[in-house]
Amino acid sequence: MSRGRIVIAGAAESTEIGRVPGMSALQLQVDAARNAIADCGIEPAAIDGLATAGHPPIDVAHYLGVRPRYVDGTRVGGCSFLAHVRHAAAAIQAGHCEVVLVTHGQSGRSRVGMTYPDPGPESMHGQFERPFGTKGPPSMLPLGVLRYMKDFGLTPEQLASVAVAQRRWAALTPRAFKRDPLTVADVLASPYVDYPIHRLECCLVTDGGGALVIMEEERAKDLRRKPVYVLGSGESSETPIITTMDDFTTSRAFRVSAAQAFREARIAHAEVHHLMIYDAFAHLPIFGLEDLGFLPRGEAGPFIEAGNTSPGGQLPLNTSGGGLSYTHTGMYGMFAIQESVRQLRGEATAQVDGVEISLAHGIGGMFNHAATLILGTAAAAVG
Amino acid sequence: MSGAVPEPTPDTLPFWEAAGRGVLSIQRCIDCAAHFFYPRDHCPTCLGDRVEWTEVSGRATLHTYLICHDPAPGFENDVPYVIAIVELEEGPRMMSNIVGVEPDPELLPLDLPLEVVFEERNSVVLPFFRPAGPA
Ligand SMILES: [Zn+2]
Repeated sequence: MSRGRIVIAGAAESTEIGRVPGMSALQLQVDAARNAIADCGIEPAAIDGLATAGHPPIDVAHYLGVRPRYVDGTRVGGCSFLAHVRHAAAAIQAGHCEVVLVTHGQSGRSRVGMTYPDPGPESMHGQFERPFGTKGPPSMLPLGVLRYMKDFGLTPEQLASVAVAQRRWAALTPRAFKRDPLTVADVLASPYVDYPIHRLECCLVTDGGGALVIMEEERAKDLRRKPVYVLGSGESSETPIITTMDDFTTSRAFRVSAAQAFREARIAHAEVHHLMIYDAFAHLPIFGLEDLGFLPRGEAGPFIEAGNTSPGGQLPLNTSGGGLSYTHTGMYGMFAIQESVRQLRGEATAQVDGVEISLAHGIGGMFNHAATLILGTAAAAVG
Repeated sequence: MSGAVPEPTPDTLPFWEAAGRGVLSIQRCIDCAAHFFYPRDHCPTCLGDRVEWTEVSGRATLHTYLICHDPAPGFENDVPYVIAIVELEEGPRMMSNIVGVEPDPELLPLDLPLEVVFEERNSVVLPFFRPAGPA
């Protein structure tokens, strides 16, 4: 049985992002879903699959007003939505469903309708990490930074330059939460949240949502938007707690997930024109550039510092401003996909010339999981 | 310090009981001849069940860390404090706090030799690490 290629036919964010105290997390994702449905013009009754993380997919489907025969509630942290696209592609190709809606919404800043439970005191995190005073991602995710600095010579200035590069993109992006110019000195002058990470090297905390409509290429032909092709995808889990990651200077999950996506897409790294690497903290794009295979170990800090990922650089990265400057609701991965889609449609506010292939890569939790999508235009899908 | 209280499960209980006696005990797979952590009812390498609890030396090195300036609930009076990943002499790594030294990066170079010390926090005895004395 051979079926058609899988595309993202519709994509949209919630009408408002940033500070949206008047909407619950559920409302934000259903607002985004309705926008994505309108974006491609599909009949709502045609949606027979729903994937989301956080809220149960049943809740989202019913609140929206669709009755899926396929649901995916995979919740693997902020990269969940990249995994959902991967799973939806497989489900559609297997004939389980035809049109899958992927939704995300979080009221990260305003905390309206946010009831996601933390791991309990009996979980491995609850037993072997939280008793030592961990408090959310800033107290865990940057744990490897000092080790990376010692082993590979990363300087504080290079780490700070990640936030600076992304602010340059955000300055071109009216919807970005933070747009004021930023210097390395500004970043280094901001207080430590958890040494060696400065406040301006930590992601934003915002409200917002996003949604995608996934289907076969053939089905998208009559819809109103140019489809974005899923050329390849990958995912991998490593560990439920950061303590037991193999190596604090590289993510095994990143490496496995990206290698799988490149194998499926059958493309070379040099063919990727645009990159989104989930940046909950400034070191993640550094780990990502290396673990995804774009740069040798130890070279990503100097590469970013030299401006190669900034506007006009050879490898445009996190062109919305990313989680550091655009928006970060909590599970940011949806917004990485949204920017890849905008770049491939040629309608990003900080549009890069001639983007035919874009890679979006997400982290889940504290280096617990990763997922990767390689997306392309129709021309790239033929190539 | 105060903070979150761990809730032992049947597979982890021997770790916590040993800690209560001031002993650092982790598991070792007899067939793989290797230690592992966190506790499980089987070896995560060979998936066999020939695993035994072993008292380990308590010697470790400072693998990596951060200095927390934004305290978790119950740690308000302790900031800044060090959240560290320590590498036990036997191989596995654990999370802990570094005690007995100011939380100053100058005093905390990576790979610093450490030794375990047990302290009660919230009625639970936890393993902490301090710079090792002369051998
Ligand atoms: Zn074994």
